[in-house]
Amino acid sequence: MPKILRSKEMNKCLGCFTCMNVCAAINRKNHSLVKSAIRVRTTGGMSSDFIAVVCLGCLEPACMEVCPSHALERRQGGGVVLVSEKCIGCRLCEQNCIMGAVIFDEETQKPIICHHCGACSRYCPHDCLQMMEAEEVLAYVK
Amino acid sequence: MLNEKFIRVMYIDLETEKIRIEQRADLMPYLGGVGVASKLFLENLKPELDPLDEQQPIVFAIGAGSYIYPVLTKTVAMFVSPLTGELGESYAAGRLSMALTMAGYDAIVITGKAKKHSYLSISTNNVAVRDARAMWGLTVNETGRTIRDRESYLGHAAGKRSIVTIGPAGEKGVAYASATVDTYRHFGRMGLGACMGSKNLKAISVYGNRSIPILSHKQYLKVYQQIYKKCTTTDNMAKYHDAGTPINVIPLNKAGGLPTMNLHSGTFGPADKISGEAFAQKNLVRKMSCTGCPVGCIHIGMYRREFDKGHEYEAISVGYDFELIFALGTFLGIGSTDEIIALINEVEEFGLDAMSTGVSLGWATDALEHGFISMEDTVEKLQFGNFDGYMKAIEHLAFGTNLFYRTLGKGSRHASSIYGGEDFAMQIAGVEMAGYHTGYGALVGAAVGARHSHLDNGGYSLDQGADEFDEDTYVEKLFSEEYERCMTNSLIMCLFARKIYDKETILTALNSIGWSLTGDDLTAIGKRIYRTKLQIKKALGFQQRGVKLPKRFFQTPSMNGLLDEDVAAMMIRKYSKKADELLNEGAE
Repeated sequence: MPKILRSKEMNKCLGCFTCMNVCAAINRKNHSLVKSAIRVRTTGGMSSDFIAVVCLGCLEPACMEVCPSHALERRQGGGVVLVSEKCIGCRLCEQNCIMGAVIFDEETQKPIICHHCGACSRYCPHDCLQMMEAEEVLAYVK
Repeated sequence: MLNEKFIRVMYIDLETEKIRIEQRADLMPYLGGVGVASKLFLENLKPELDPLDEQQPIVFAIGAGSYIYPVLTKTVAMFVSPLTGELGESYAAGRLSMALTMAGYDAIVITGKAKKHSYLSISTNNVAVRDARAMWGLTVNETGRTIRDRESYLGHAAGKRSIVTIGPAGEKGVAYASATVDTYRHFGRMGLGACMGSKNLKAISVYGNRSIPILSHKQYLKVYQQIYKKCTTTDNMAKYHDAGTPINVIPLNKAGGLPTMNLHSGTFGPADKISGEAFAQKNLVRKMSCTGCPVGCIHIGMYRREFDKGHEYEAISVGYDFELIFALGTFLGIGSTDEIIALINEVEEFGLDAMSTGVSLGWATDALEHGFISMEDTVEKLQFGNFDGYMKAIEHLAFGTNLFYRTLGKGSRHASSIYGGEDFAMQIAGVEMAGYHTGYGALVGAAVGARHSHLDNGGYSLDQGADEFDEDTYVEKLFSEEYERCMTNSLIMCLFARKIYDKETILTALNSIGWSLTGDDLTAIGKRIYRTKLQIKKALGFQQRGVKLPKRFFQTPSMNGLLDEDVAAMMIRKYSKKADELLNEGAE
């Protein structure tokens, strides 16, 4: 069954950025944090809370709806898949994602779309991130 | 530089506001980190000038594996220490090595003095000296907040930025003023804060967003995974995450090696009240990591302070560690976790090195009691256990409110040379002692160590190990550990990970990102770097044989019994001979 990434326990986050490091390394073959589909940041300096900005795998993806070239297609279980060759780099998906979870890659001029592979959650040393059954998440959303 | 065969150095002249970039292939034999920093520092050093002269360089460098492998989190800073007058070397992690990697600079050499109070804003495509006049006088946290807001134009900078800040102590030139990195980490020792202050440099903000392709993808991921696993599933690192470094308080106290009340003793009566366990139970509210480290050793402690009558409270929270509990706790006779947190908060806000502050105040307490100084000097009643007195004294120190505090602000060696009481000014070669009165390893190790730190050669763990004490073996081990650490400090590895990164692991890691090194190469690199550091120390007039150790080290029993001054002196001489031999081997 397809799974969806969730960040339910960010209260535990150490701010180690391992999730971002491995996301960029595994999915983009790059060391740079700007290549990561998951973004961990503070809400106002190191003494504030850590939050994770992640794709929530919408059933009605705003990013897909605004895409003028149909480069984003529905992913089974929620969220979208990028068909890179169809993307014109207009950044509308980035601007319209309600969670701010679409990151635009300035180098490739294409969005970085989370495909819920779960690498970030596998490497999270403090169990902040979970891969949940899409059905389970779906039931909750409905 | 990652994926390249050169080290990318940025030279910044604060006076002219000009920068220069050099891509130096000739620095590759120094690997990175402290190796590169040492070479650059030696090249730019002005031995004839005062430590705080504006022409003196401050060098920052990241290591050969910075941020891309777990726990290689540190950035090194090198400067002429206003505390010792010789090599200043300090390490901090936080997010700095990540930000510098992402920005694309392996090393930064800062010289000159900004025309007005300024901060440096460094990013991938820009370097600017910005106005910080209004920030002069602000505490470390106020400055951090201000710069975060000022630099918010960088867009998605949050999470990819690092800020180095000094407090009032650095502005005032206190010889052990620290520089804080990202709120909770520090270039703590030897006075980088004062060096930045002398250049009118209040802070440095670094932000990077460049792309760094992975060249050998499969190989890198394999090695990364292996190291990550070792960090998170073996018990090598568990203690650092669990109760953290303060777990040392109880065993060290039991063994009699916990410096207490200006080293009147090696045991502290109420140690259980300020142990790692006590902090965890009463005050621990959060654990954090430096970027790229899955361990999470940063322990944040909080306590509720009543700042006024009528149920007026605030929450004070700081990072706490063993060394701070020693310096601001046992060494000053403070036996309450809340009070220690309050004292830590005070040194944090004003930007002082907690260890030198605590140890200097320990000397002042003794000097007051024995009539070397009076209440006219100290203003406050400095007495072991008197929390209120120490709270106020820290502020006096940071701001240099009278001649006495300005003198004490030059270090306990200097203050005791003026007022007397040198026998109980617990410094080694000018650097206030660390929290280990464990034996010859700690004492001689710090005396001969390049930066006179317990971390130079880990003498304290030698003392706590299973080996019987033997003069020659100890000297041998201190010496080899010193140059081995020169190599690991070129990666730059957090010392907590020294059991994770054995030589084989280091080789696999480096060779997966484009190096082709052998074990012998690593040893040669370590020695090459150590020799460079010895050259720096020689240029600055330091002589190992000249180190005079305060009498009290030999009057208060260590955890390995009473130490003999002659044995320590002999060990220093033997070590010094080895160091001279290395120095005279000449350039390769």
